[in-house]
Amino acid sequence: MKFGTPIFALGLFTFAALVAAGFGVDEPFRQHMWVLFFVLLGFVAILIRNTSFEATAPIDPSAYMDGPIRYGAIATMFWGVVGMLVGVVIALQLAYPDLNIQPWFNFGRLRPLHTSGVVFAFGGNALLCTSLYVVQRTCRARLFGGDLGWFVFWGYQLFIVMAATGYLLGITESREYAEPEWYVDIWLTIVWVAYLILFLGTILKRKEPHIYVANWFYLSFIVTIAMLHVVNNLSMPASFLGSKSYSAFSGVQDALTQWWYGHNAVGFFLTAGFLGMMYYFVPKQANRPVYSYRLSIIHFWAIIFLYIWAGPHHLHYTALPDWAQTLGMVFSIMLWMPSWGGMINGLMTLSGAWDKLRTDPIIRMMVMAIAFYGMSTFEGPMMSIKTVNSLSHYTDWTIGHVHSGALGWVGMISFGAIYYMVPKLWNRQRLYSLRLVTWHFWLATLGIVVYAAVMWVSGIMQGLMWREYDEQGFLVYSFAETVAAMHPYYVMRAIGGAMYLSGALLMAWNITMTILGYQREEEPMPGSVPAPQPAE
Amino acid sequence: MGLMDRHAIIEKNATLLLIGSLLVVTVGGIVEIAPLFYLDNTIEKVEGMRPYSPLELAGRNIYVREGCYLCHSQMIRPFRDEVERYGHYSLAAESMYDHPFQWGSKRTGPDLARVGDRYSNLWHVEHLTDPRSVVPESIMPSYAFLKDTPIEVKDFSTHLVANRRVGVPYNDDMIAHANADLMVQADPNADTSGLEKRYPKAKIGDFDGNPQQVTEMDALVAYLQMLGTLVDFKHYDEAAGYR
Repeated sequence: MKFGTPIFALGLFTFAALVAAGFGVDEPFRQHMWVLFFVLLGFVAILIRNTSFEATAPIDPSAYMDGPIRYGAIATMFWGVVGMLVGVVIALQLAYPDLNIQPWFNFGRLRPLHTSGVVFAFGGNALLCTSLYVVQRTCRARLFGGDLGWFVFWGYQLFIVMAATGYLLGITESREYAEPEWYVDIWLTIVWVAYLILFLGTILKRKEPHIYVANWFYLSFIVTIAMLHVVNNLSMPASFLGSKSYSAFSGVQDALTQWWYGHNAVGFFLTAGFLGMMYYFVPKQANRPVYSYRLSIIHFWAIIFLYIWAGPHHLHYTALPDWAQTLGMVFSIMLWMPSWGGMINGLMTLSGAWDKLRTDPIIRMMVMAIAFYGMSTFEGPMMSIKTVNSLSHYTDWTIGHVHSGALGWVGMISFGAIYYMVPKLWNRQRLYSLRLVTWHFWLATLGIVVYAAVMWVSGIMQGLMWREYDEQGFLVYSFAETVAAMHPYYVMRAIGGAMYLSGALLMAWNITMTILGYQREEEPMPGSVPAPQPAE
Repeated sequence: MGLMDRHAIIEKNATLLLIGSLLVVTVGGIVEIAPLFYLDNTIEKVEGMRPYSPLELAGRNIYVREGCYLCHSQMIRPFRDEVERYGHYSLAAESMYDHPFQWGSKRTGPDLARVGDRYSNLWHVEHLTDPRSVVPESIMPSYAFLKDTPIEVKDFSTHLVANRRVGVPYNDDMIAHANADLMVQADPNADTSGLEKRYPKAKIGDFDGNPQQVTEMDALVAYLQMLGTLVDFKHYDEAAGYR
């Protein structure tokens, strides 16, 4: 392989980063450009080392392009462990504040690292690699655009590194889940448009007449995220050689734009994309067709139409005009129905194959994911009711809700998909160990239950303490007392998170051994081999 | 031909599917967000709002940089307990010059929308340096490094210009004096008449207790001390402001 053009282009960017590091107007920007310089220099060095002038075998245009998917599966595991580890660290910081190390590792800088790490680095890589896996196999077509797949993969990793290092340096727009500053946003826009072209191009050259339902979800996720990202990140830099920019909108308009984005980062990134994953991997693993074709059509259009409206429920009782709050609440409640439509379609796909729950820990994981999806899509609409929200808003209840969705639904369905894909991508007969998958399943499930239950208790308690009056009409608790009351729950929450993380570490071990080609000798899962019957 | 059969057309045409889903997802945003930009009653009529002074803006940027919004809201809801705890419920007008807004979504610590004038400068400096020395139950990280970091001003007027481009009414006078105003506000001995004219109610003082230099601590405390102090609620018409 000769990498003439990429080496030249990357070299130019490396030089530009060096210039920006020298002439930047603020210290964080200069530091950030040094990071970029060394990362790009590393890329260039790797490309030069891998350049070979020997003739390469021509690419078979009918074969699937699985290179970026293999890298994506590894990246998913790697970033997953990193993001969850940061999560456990910040959970411990809330329980033991002396663990904050100023300025780079204070809670305020690590928290976006955790959220972006798990949502965009772990979840994003999971979506990227599964979508490219699914679209090729359901379209029976090789990825469109030659090396475009590699550009999307490495471009996305560069975005992750720049976003993550930026947070630690204090470079943030303070828009939750959209924190990266303007130049990182521009880079993500380029990568995302390339991703859209890659995905759509592959669909366009398909050999199947129908576009499979999983691809509808992936496609709508990609295009909607493009729209949300561009609009929400419109901002005016103070200098083109500085990190600081000012949002194009202000106050109330800015708040609703941000939560229109923020809620649909949940709706499209963490839901529609992962529903696409469900629609391919659950039927595959269960070896059953999707339960209802009609239901998938109805819930697809209903869910993408309704989700977009739900943003204002993050702003109940704020200075956002009441009409917008009410609209947001009504649509959030309606959203319950298509969400459960998706849950039913996923769960009922197992009809006739429920016995697999006993023998197949991967199916068990997927079913648990769908169950948590159903649970959190019931809890969400409930919390969007203004009366409930008046208690739950600003408390840990919200954090618990997010995690039952993120750990339960997003995490578990991704784990299931990765367990399914890895042996196939590396041509292994089976996973290194199914017993480890069972351990992972129980550690993760119990971890989520501990986490969510603890946050319900602490969140509701916190909300009630804030509003408690005594019989003379005085507030009972000072704010500091409510903070002190949270301590035991913050410790327990960290334990729940650590259980979930240890499950992910087991998975990383299992996946690594599978990739390296090992198979653990172990008893088969009970019931998976028919018990020998005595001869009559 | 039934509805389901007609859907088969979309299932066989990727371009239609793409355009169809894009149209469907734009509706909600247009209906909910667009009117906020032209409905007159979105932002209440109040007296006293002004753009941030350069030092306050620099402090606000530090507030954003350190992720304070992740644990502190700046949005008091109209409930008895919140109004008693924090003061008058927040108005949309109070964040009309906030690019970006800092309403927050979580109260690990208390709301800060009206924290201005509640504590002394010294209290803020001690609290930011070692939170548990003044609030034993606090779980806030220490921000002692702000005291040792001089504020970096290559040319702060570019920040005012960027704000003006997105709609904050900074005038030419304000932009011309941006760098000087930034330094003067943290120096009680300087001539601050120009600053006070440009930014009424601006707090002036050596916020961090270190007269040698203007530090990030000066800027952050200057910002905290003005939060919620601008709007004159004596002249605010509750009924007219209700939306």
